[in-house]
Amino acid sequence: MNSARGFLCFLVALATIGRFAAAESAPSGTPTEMPVLRWAADPDSNAPYTFYGANNQLTGFEYEIIEAIARQMGRRPEFVQNDWDGLIPGLARDLYDVVICGIEITPDKAGEVLFSRPYYVTFEQLTIAKGAPAVTSLEELKGKSIGTLGQTAAMAMLEATPGIEVRTYAEEVNAYNDVANGRISGVLLDFPIAKYYAGPNPNLEFTGPPFGQVTYGIALAKNNAPLQKEINTALEAIIASGEMRDILSRWGLWTPTMAKAFNQPEAASAPDTEYAAFIASTASGASLITRLARYVGYWPLLTQAALLTLEVSILGMALAVSVGFSLAIMRVYGPFPLRILATLYIEIIRGTPLLIQLLIIFYGLPNIGIKLSPFVAGVLGLGLNYAAYEAENYRAGLLAIPKGQMEAARALGMTHIQGLRHVVIPQSFRLVLPPVTNDFISLLKDSSLVSMVTLVDLTGAYNRIATQTFDYFGTGLLIAAIYLLIGLPFVRLARWTEERLAVDTRKPTNKPGFFRPARRPPSS
Amino acid sequence: MEEITGPILEAQGIRKSFDETEILKGISLAVENGDLVSIIGPSGCGKSTFLRCLNFLEIPDAGRISIAGISIDLGELDSPFPPDMKVKAHALRQQVGMVFQGFNLFPHKTILENVMLAPMVVVGSSKDEARSFALSTLEKVGLSALKERYPATLSGGQQQRAAIARALAIKPKVMLYDEPTSALDPELVDEVLKVMRDLDAEGMTQIVVTHEIRFARDASDYIVFMEGGNIIEISDEDEIFENPKDERTKRFLRRFL
Repeated sequence: MNSARGFLCFLVALATIGRFAAAESAPSGTPTEMPVLRWAADPDSNAPYTFYGANNQLTGFEYEIIEAIARQMGRRPEFVQNDWDGLIPGLARDLYDVVICGIEITPDKAGEVLFSRPYYVTFEQLTIAKGAPAVTSLEELKGKSIGTLGQTAAMAMLEATPGIEVRTYAEEVNAYNDVANGRISGVLLDFPIAKYYAGPNPNLEFTGPPFGQVTYGIALAKNNAPLQKEINTALEAIIASGEMRDILSRWGLWTPTMAKAFNQPEAASAPDTEYAAFIASTASGASLITRLARYVGYWPLLTQAALLTLEVSILGMALAVSVGFSLAIMRVYGPFPLRILATLYIEIIRGTPLLIQLLIIFYGLPNIGIKLSPFVAGVLGLGLNYAAYEAENYRAGLLAIPKGQMEAARALGMTHIQGLRHVVIPQSFRLVLPPVTNDFISLLKDSSLVSMVTLVDLTGAYNRIATQTFDYFGTGLLIAAIYLLIGLPFVRLARWTEERLAVDTRKPTNKPGFFRPARRPPSS
Repeated sequence: MEEITGPILEAQGIRKSFDETEILKGISLAVENGDLVSIIGPSGCGKSTFLRCLNFLEIPDAGRISIAGISIDLGELDSPFPPDMKVKAHALRQQVGMVFQGFNLFPHKTILENVMLAPMVVVGSSKDEARSFALSTLEKVGLSALKERYPATLSGGQQQRAAIARALAIKPKVMLYDEPTSALDPELVDEVLKVMRDLDAEGMTQIVVTHEIRFARDASDYIVFMEGGNIIEISDEDEIFENPKDERTKRFLRRFL
């Protein structure tokens, strides 16, 4: 048992060291006295806005714009990654100062956040399968399924048109694939997205006039007017100097609409080198070797993600085990009010989805003044959820110990507590080990949900790699294999511990090793 | 240690009901230091309940129990329990060893650990003290060679002897046995009874609820016959067999003679 505990401690230590080592390796060359501009975006599947390009480096036209703005402001830009759905809530939580992520300026959103002046003006582009009949107005799409992304101007436009069945996707790549597959009739999305994700696909084509007008603005927290002014001044400066036109030209996004909006010449001021590079890097004809080489390039990301998954899972399980144990004791032996409390907790937690609990802990609690880091929120969410299940395991274990054991303990002069501690609990521990291990393995898999609170665990890594390589199948298999690999040692550990603890059927000389099972004595 | 005068164990007017059914109807018994007393009687007569009341594994509804100088008076049926009952019951249990029909050894501990546990936890003995006393106790019941084994690997007779050793480890003044041989194969009964005889020879006070009429007759100082929640007859071991005073005792014993 001691060596089992030692092994667990070792794993936790390993995970923790990995985490801190990763944190320290971040570049810290810039002088610290320089003020910081913390900016957030969802870099997954987000070309050409902000995304991880070749060599896993951040790039994108918004990335360049915010870098230019920060430079203009004399601030050091600091990137904070967040999930698309969490970007706006994160402002209120003060996770970062600004969000630049293709956010449309709408009256709805203007009520929630402050916006900078527009930095990009574009329209919605309808994309259909190659050869499908052309469309000239949204009314013609009546009765058809049209895909788009959630929380976008395109979605609002589609929903305002009666008779269209709107399908919302989390990733534009999947939406365009479904058009090519024939699952949906078309996709309506902002022009930059269409240009980058649908344009190069030979099975898709653009149709119809530019729909609507979309203006992107940089979002700030409601109470951050001074920074809004600072950002606007910097934006004006880089537009006036032509730097903005250069950036947009290189990304192939300098359009007549933009020229009109900024009152500058229509011609691009630079060749669209960044667009060409993106198309080249995602060309589907890549050989197996180059694809494999690309995965090797993701090795540091995968290691870090796997360590994070392990760390969140182990700490979450430690929390679940201790809270669950207390709950079980309260429920089985506690006085009436405690018993009711424990039962309530267990029923409420088991009756609600883990994802909702996580989102409440991370995005809901700040409303009552409790702000937790993503890591703490993830561990807390997993731990408190699994505690309910652990409590039921322990309760079953405690109730399974024959009554005569406690009687014998009491007859020997032990108090109830002493009897629990020395006689009942050690025996129930052995009984509950198999279900607890099972739970740990499912917790390891459920830890994938922490990617929803901005942590880049294995599932977060999957999102990032798949949307960069468009290889959903291969990446999925790779990530699944890593989950499996991480889980295996724990299955083995559990079996070993179980054998070590199965004392009542073995003689003292027959202690199992970690890899050698105990010989069972022949049954008589 | 102070000399105890009078009976070492005294029970007076013990009553106990489970769900409206009265199991013990006011039982009184006094046992002198060093006596070996057998309690016999038909199934359901309340003899096990009476034994369990003696060390407060069951709390009697009424009556008074006093063992080795610790006296607990529960008063009449409707009177509330004395406030210090729990504390006193706890102290009383430390003077009384108990052996169960089903052994109730701790399966996750070796025989030696089973015997060492209570002295360390309850009495606060050091590990070395507990160990050396446990070894001598195991010696007494003839289990020294098996001290490192786990209970499940022992025969029933060996397990029950280990359970006796475990009960002796808290140095009790009185030993209670609840049908100690009922769960044993016939050929294993004698090794357990021998241990009890040895303890009797050492002067241990023992109360045995048993179906072993032969043992009761051979080893007991006297026999208590119970039926229907009452003590019907207390008698010298030969007297009760040769000349039972009560008709019910006669009927019960007829089957064994």
